[in-house]
Amino acid sequence: MSEMINLTIDNVPVSVPEGTTILEAAKKINVRIPTLCYHQDLCVAGNCRVCVVEQKGTDRLMPSCAMPVSEGMEILTNSLKARSARKHVIELLVSEHRADCTRCYKNGNCELQELSSEYIIGEDGFIDLIPYKEYTIDHYSPSIIKDDSKCIRCQRCVRTCNELQKIGALAVAYKGKDMKISTFFEKPMFEVVCTNCGQCVNRCPTGALTEKTYVDLVWSEMNREDKHVVVQTAPAVRVALGEALGMEPGMIVTGKLVAALRRLGFDSVLDTDFTADLTIIEEGNELLQRLKKALVDKDPAAKLPLTTSCSPGWVKFIEHAFPGYLDHVSTAKSPQQMFGALAKTFYAKKINVEPENIVSVSIMPCTAKKYEADRPEMRSSGYKDVDYVLTTRELALMIRQAGIDFASLPDDDYDSIMGESSGAGVIFGATGGVMEAALRTAYEVVTGREVPFENLNITPVRGMDGVREATIKIEGALPEWSFLEGVELRCCVAHGLANAKKVMDAVKAGTVNYHFIEIMACPGGCLGGGGQPIPTNEEIRRKRAEAIYREDAHKPIRKSHENPEVIRLYEELLHEPLSETAHKLLHTNYRARDRY
Amino acid sequence: MASKKLKRLDLVFKDEQDTEAILKKTFSRPESDIINDLISSGLKGRGGAGFPTGLKWKLTADTKGDEKYVICNADEGEPGTFKDREILSKVPHKVLAGMAVCGRVIGSRKGFIYLRGEYKFLIPDLEREIERFHQLLEKLGCGFRVEIFTGSGAYICGEESALFESMEGKRGEPRNKPPFPVTHGYNGKPTVINNVETLAHTYSIFKYGPEKFRDLGVQDSRGSKVFSVSGDTPVPGIYELEFGMTLQKFVDDFGDGDTKAVQVGGASGFCVPRKKFEKTIIGYQGKLTGESLPTGGSMMIFNSSRSMYNVLHNYLDFFVEESCGQCTPCRVGTQQLLLGIEAVKKGEKPSSYLDKLLELAESMRITAKCGLGQSVANSFASIVENFKEEMIY
Repeated sequence: MSEMINLTIDNVPVSVPEGTTILEAAKKINVRIPTLCYHQDLCVAGNCRVCVVEQKGTDRLMPSCAMPVSEGMEILTNSLKARSARKHVIELLVSEHRADCTRCYKNGNCELQELSSEYIIGEDGFIDLIPYKEYTIDHYSPSIIKDDSKCIRCQRCVRTCNELQKIGALAVAYKGKDMKISTFFEKPMFEVVCTNCGQCVNRCPTGALTEKTYVDLVWSEMNREDKHVVVQTAPAVRVALGEALGMEPGMIVTGKLVAALRRLGFDSVLDTDFTADLTIIEEGNELLQRLKKALVDKDPAAKLPLTTSCSPGWVKFIEHAFPGYLDHVSTAKSPQQMFGALAKTFYAKKINVEPENIVSVSIMPCTAKKYEADRPEMRSSGYKDVDYVLTTRELALMIRQAGIDFASLPDDDYDSIMGESSGAGVIFGATGGVMEAALRTAYEVVTGREVPFENLNITPVRGMDGVREATIKIEGALPEWSFLEGVELRCCVAHGLANAKKVMDAVKAGTVNYHFIEIMACPGGCLGGGGQPIPTNEEIRRKRAEAIYREDAHKPIRKSHENPEVIRLYEELLHEPLSETAHKLLHTNYRARDRY
Repeated sequence: MASKKLKRLDLVFKDEQDTEAILKKTFSRPESDIINDLISSGLKGRGGAGFPTGLKWKLTADTKGDEKYVICNADEGEPGTFKDREILSKVPHKVLAGMAVCGRVIGSRKGFIYLRGEYKFLIPDLEREIERFHQLLEKLGCGFRVEIFTGSGAYICGEESALFESMEGKRGEPRNKPPFPVTHGYNGKPTVINNVETLAHTYSIFKYGPEKFRDLGVQDSRGSKVFSVSGDTPVPGIYELEFGMTLQKFVDDFGDGDTKAVQVGGASGFCVPRKKFEKTIIGYQGKLTGESLPTGGSMMIFNSSRSMYNVLHNYLDFFVEESCGQCTPCRVGTQQLLLGIEAVKKGEKPSSYLDKLLELAESMRITAKCGLGQSVANSFASIVENFKEEMIY
């Protein structure tokens, strides 16, 4: 038990454990101190100086985010001295920021804008520094636009990229007036190790880092008579979209989401969860086949552990950081890309539309999905399998543009053929979900019985710990899987690329001995993706996760292999898992990339 | 020559080849006695911040740690300062002895000299001196070792926590404080970081005892100080002088008879106009230097031919480049001050804009993350307030 420290903040006594910062102590008594460089997910930087407060009897102000409390402190968060210094700091930030708010993509969702409005930053501020500088606007990446003229150097993105994700694509370059956030050799983002995960976008307080938007292109496609626009929605979108439309975090809005998409004018409203179930069949069988090759045939080419491949940020990360381990990654495409390949083949045929007239749009919690859709490998249908990827945020924007009162929409159902999903498909949106879904199916394939967990909830792989391990002993294997009898299937789940790196370093060092690893690039899994509503923090991600598991629990079908539409797809097209057709449409390969 | 009247001290630069005897004597004493001597001598950090040296050693000695470090800050970058270079070339053995004793006192086996990038030419001689010194330490049965680490020319790396970051292979940016170096320094370990001159002074204290040192100087400013004298003076150079003289006395000795102002403590120090020479005492309470950057004794003399606008412009140019860019007040504030005085000079802003800039400078002083940004206000306010007409016309 740490010692309690007593202090007063704005004359209100407060008692907090030793080591608490002034900012946290103030929160406890409901005093909000404005911040900019501070972010709950990141280590404290203390560099914007917006959160300065006065301590009675001390000449200089203190950064409340970085200063631990001490006994007897008398803190004034709103004294004239603190206020006017803070106003100066905000004025300075505005002076180096291209404050072209009405033309900014982040207009209305910008922390600097909010602060300058709160502190009445007028026209009589300091000299506008923008004309004195040269700025780069990097719009070459298919996922992220980096506009240095909007950057206020808070370094949230740098900390996100280096600490949270351990990628190191973004760093501080130069000093003094030339100090800026840059990349290796100032190359464009798409030429460096950037995984397009978009976690920096989620944490940028201004419009310096935003997703590349395709909203207008999608609108115009929908306007074309000759086009049939198909939309798919990722699992994590339905538990977060509400936040961007004024609802509380943790609301499940699946029915309203479908209704809204129909009103926007999408011709077929389908579900990525359907291909999430399909992924489980393919990837689960790949795992079993690999286990057989490794354990029975002793085939050195059958690499274990097998890792998941649904997170495009993770895929690009391993291509850069562990290129020698690409044959450990499942060849199964991500649900988005399986869907894309089927939309312009199987589905097109079903609805009797020429594939070239299908426009395939996906709504994703992710910025890396934009990049994934652009990969040259993703053209199995003979066309670009997924034409446009919109983030959850972009969809919210479209809904607002269309004047739809989202909250009052009646619930609607997905279209059929590729719209049905199981609870296993839904939980893909949370870290550990793919693992749980795969185990629900694989265990049953091998033993003919359900996984031995109450209500099929494999709780050891759930939760928000960065790296989680679980072991499942296979008992009572069917004759054809007898080689797995008694085998303890060693599984590992990691989310956030810093944790991914930790796990892969251990795999490389040979200190772990897993069979199957699920890795998601983003903290919390897809529900914490780079395309999700802003802000994000641990509590919000926890609420989204709870919603996902609630949705799973209420699904009549909980296991991927029981999804009737998936069963039909195998009957009519694929015949069996890992078949030739399946390989052609649903599997892919990876490429080693340089670190720089 | 004015300098003939000078009471020039010769403590630091006296070439005493008795390191072995001093070290032998000092190593044989209890650590607490050494610390007490330093405390009672009144020695304060000569880099500019003026933190009591004995207390710094004591705090680090009292901190538990499997590894501790002694770092000599030789990142002498303050405009107008060149005394550390001279000390390292003339009497490096004194600095090394100070480091070894510090190592003994705090329980450290490893010392570093963080040498300014521009001083690389000192390395061959320093390396030889360190080699000789290591042999001496071996003879005395002391395992302390010293290594040179060269900076890359960033002014900010003289700030102690930025210096640690730089040594750790990271970008040289100041850290949040607390924690302080005495508990979390280089590599997060307890670290004593002293200026070159401070360490050289400890040698004299070990040799002659604390009384002799304390007898020099005034009140809170004890002992002597090495000054770098430059500008409009017939006798530029390095001078070791007793603390406590008035600036008038200094100008009488060093000025060219037409001195209009003296910049005390470099770009991050204060500009004193003629009318305040008499009542300004050279010493810590007389605002010898800036806040916590390695200013330490830069004396720049300006005569009436100089434009104080140009002087300030030059300093601000320096800060605009040398800010690490991390915190808002320093990164943007310095640019605003520079562009602001230019705009007033050109008539693009009214002279009242200077008042807004003075307020900004004050905000920078109380909000910036480290000594650099905090001390920009020193030169800015003292020049603008004392030479306002030169800023406008």
